[in-house]
Amino acid sequence: MSGFIMISLIILVFVIIYQIGKASEYAAILRGEKKVNAQVNRAIAFLLVVMFVLGLWGIWECHNYFKDMMLPVAACKTGERYDAMFNTTLVVTGIVFLLTQAILFWFCFKYQASDKRTTYFFAHSNKLELIWTTIPAIAMAVLVGIGLRNWYEVTSPAPAEATVIEIVGKQFNWLIRYPGKDNELGKRDFRKINDANNVLGLDWSDPHNSDDIIAQNGEMHVVVGKPVKLVIGSRDVIHDVGLPHFRMKMDAVPGITTTLWFTPTITSDSMKLITKNPNFVYEIACDQLCGKGHYAMRGTIIVETQAQYDKWMTSQSSYYATANPAATPAVPAAEVKDAPVADSTKVISMK
Amino acid sequence: MNNEAIIIEGPQVAHGHEAADHHGHEHHEQHFIWKYIFSQDHKMISKQFLITGIIWAIIGALFSVLFRFQLGFPDTSFPFMESMLGEWAKGGKLSPEFYYALVTMHGTILVFFVLTAGLSGTFANLLIPLQIGARDMASPFMNMLSYWFFFAASVIMLISLFVETGPASGGWTTYPPLSALKEASLGSGIGMDLWLMGMALFVVSSLLGGLNYISTVLNMRTKGMTLTRMPLTIWALFFTAVLGVLSFPVLFSGVILLIFDRNLGTSFYLSEIFIGGKALPHIGGSAILYQHLFWFLGHPEVYIIMLPGMGMASEVLSTNSRKPIFGYFAMIISLIGITLLAFLVWAHHMFVTGMSPFLGSIFVLLTLLIAVPSAVKVFNWITTIWRGNLRFNPAMLFALGFVSLFISGGLTGLFLGNSALDIHLHDTYFVIAHFHIVMGVSAFFGMFAGVYHWFPKMFGRYMNNTLGYIHFFITFIGAYLIFWPMHYEGIAGMPRRYYDFSAWESFKQFQSINGFISIVALVVFLVQLLFVFNYIVSMFKGRKLTTQNPWGSTTLEWTTPINPGHGNWEGDIPEVHRWPYDYKDNGEGGDFIPQTTPLRPGEESH
Repeated sequence: MSGFIMISLIILVFVIIYQIGKASEYAAILRGEKKVNAQVNRAIAFLLVVMFVLGLWGIWECHNYFKDMMLPVAACKTGERYDAMFNTTLVVTGIVFLLTQAILFWFCFKYQASDKRTTYFFAHSNKLELIWTTIPAIAMAVLVGIGLRNWYEVTSPAPAEATVIEIVGKQFNWLIRYPGKDNELGKRDFRKINDANNVLGLDWSDPHNSDDIIAQNGEMHVVVGKPVKLVIGSRDVIHDVGLPHFRMKMDAVPGITTTLWFTPTITSDSMKLITKNPNFVYEIACDQLCGKGHYAMRGTIIVETQAQYDKWMTSQSSYYATANPAATPAVPAAEVKDAPVADSTKVISMK
Repeated sequence: MNNEAIIIEGPQVAHGHEAADHHGHEHHEQHFIWKYIFSQDHKMISKQFLITGIIWAIIGALFSVLFRFQLGFPDTSFPFMESMLGEWAKGGKLSPEFYYALVTMHGTILVFFVLTAGLSGTFANLLIPLQIGARDMASPFMNMLSYWFFFAASVIMLISLFVETGPASGGWTTYPPLSALKEASLGSGIGMDLWLMGMALFVVSSLLGGLNYISTVLNMRTKGMTLTRMPLTIWALFFTAVLGVLSFPVLFSGVILLIFDRNLGTSFYLSEIFIGGKALPHIGGSAILYQHLFWFLGHPEVYIIMLPGMGMASEVLSTNSRKPIFGYFAMIISLIGITLLAFLVWAHHMFVTGMSPFLGSIFVLLTLLIAVPSAVKVFNWITTIWRGNLRFNPAMLFALGFVSLFISGGLTGLFLGNSALDIHLHDTYFVIAHFHIVMGVSAFFGMFAGVYHWFPKMFGRYMNNTLGYIHFFITFIGAYLIFWPMHYEGIAGMPRRYYDFSAWESFKQFQSINGFISIVALVVFLVQLLFVFNYIVSMFKGRKLTTQNPWGSTTLEWTTPINPGHGNWEGDIPEVHRWPYDYKDNGEGGDFIPQTTPLRPGEESH
């Protein structure tokens, strides 16, 4: 009922506006259409200029409002490069934007219809067209140049000393796997996945897996100043590892492995001071629609010093140990490593 | 094909020249069904496309208003939503599933059903025969089929809104595996099957239409209408059709493979998936393959949406500046450039899919190359109004707004086309702001310019100007107020397609601005309804035309009677003697020379 009333009200308002519009049409005819049209034309030209000036003011205000929020502090080297390139592009496009819009609205005002002016028959000019084909082409070439340099830097292979961490998306959270002491991620197979005791489908016959550590709370620990290489995968649909503070993202696609690497430069604790936000945390945002929980697929990154990282790492136990508490009560990682095929098959058959 | 021999109007046949011979006395009145429903008259088909498009546009825009309520006010409950949507909005709050369904259908409807079918369906049908001097399309019957396939696609898409598991909800791009697996989301159930069927029929409609437009432009031009005497609208609509004909079949194949994956157990797009508690048997497919197939259409699609607006803006700007379009040939060459490049840039939507960085860099180069013809067009439009005599009727205002928005949206494309910048901006609000300004609002402005400009030709009446002005100013200002702040949100990394940001430390600071955007969106939506109201009332009550050529245009459509019958011209089709932009002193005090006027002695043709 209230919906019906709303709709009737809207239609009523429309009818009234239309009647006013209609009345002004008739009034124009009575008062001499030519004269009225000229007046309207002048009024519109004036309004366009007012709108342009207000628009500039709005852009200024908007920019001030967002200035501190738009690019959060970049927390890695390539991120700083990114910001520099972003600002260059912003300046270039900003100048073009202001010039072209100013000219457009200025012409609207200056060349509004007038009986006195005869239009200038100007159909083409090879010189002008050459100029404004060449200038954008050169500007594009420069932007492409900067872009490709940065692009190859960001996508270059990770340095050999990089810490390797695997991050796997699933509906709707991130699983993070560290290679453990042997510094090598073991093989995994999606057919071995079991939500109870093998969330990533680790192949227990691969000894590299025995000391791998899996965090299921979506919290990733990395060391400041040390390159980290993310090996990205997905268990079900396409996700995306979005790292706004590191200015990069990469899809997590089932069936293929993607990678990303960066060197964090600011610890989470320093970032809390820089942003004056005690709750600050580096976030991993899923950037590829993955279902109804997409908006809540949140991970975090803790950037810490080597000492803090080592301390945290020692408190972790291998996934094999946590997932199979009965089978391997407190078996040290090293022993498991040597052990066994027998053990692993047992685990698999337990599913 | 002979222009005179193609007019077949349902069971009652009236040949073009028969009508011409008998002109003056009525030839047999057509039955309602053949005149208004299964019409083969291109003008009626164009109205059918436009009105269907308007209905879709209202539905699509309403969806955006609904999900903007959620985005703007995530903590508030809106009881009216529950009465409207039932269990999808329990307690007056949209469920996440339905939020994603709304987002998906908003995109699908506006991109395909409004800005493709509604836009080129309307104006290609209306303008091609009228502006090149043809009695109708090359195949009026195929043309009618094109509309009815579109109608069937519309019906299926509409049904999908009402199925129990909801419509498709994997985004308008419907990437598998999300869209392929029923376990992955509610919307990947029957709603997705209907979506795929609807799109398949839509492609058929689009191909039938496109082939017709191409053959009409190439074969049915009147005497003297050489290719380089065609108005830019026709050039633009021609290339739009070329783009559609070459790229829609690829989408079709992508859709068919997805149907196979969903229902027949194939593994084109699926590999190594564990979902719903079990590992699926698929191995070896590639989810990226779908993205290549989709974007091979998806990118040309952007230009399918943009080109008609470019053509119409050119025409409207020139007419209302009383000046020739600047750089007619440069405009055509840039259209050709855009058309060719449109096929070579699709993978810039996929920079972060794990595609080879080298391949990515090639696409960066090609993508930024496309900025050059676009820039040329902008400068040419601005030079067109330079030293003109500008009449600010609503059509002109929308054409100017089109240029302004095209600049704004085009420039942000330079950020996204550059992979090194895209890697952070990809799938954020920056992308939303970019494509809504350039291919959403800007394309709509081109369409509005066309509607206001050619409404008199469609219905023999004017639309109301006052409402047109209100429509323009609020929409123009509103569009910037909505999308300008979104750029900043995107630069901060705020992801698109999020239902709620309140749990995110990095993004929750934008909550108040989201509320602001939602309110503006609602206002702009209401003003679009005002436009529709103006459109419908003006069809019946608008001020009647008293002259054949109300805008003082040079082109052929204004040489037809005020309410042209099927066949367009009474008597012979006029012959064309000059290019379409002779806005100059005609020697008798007028400021334009129609295309049908022979060259004066000593006058050089363009």
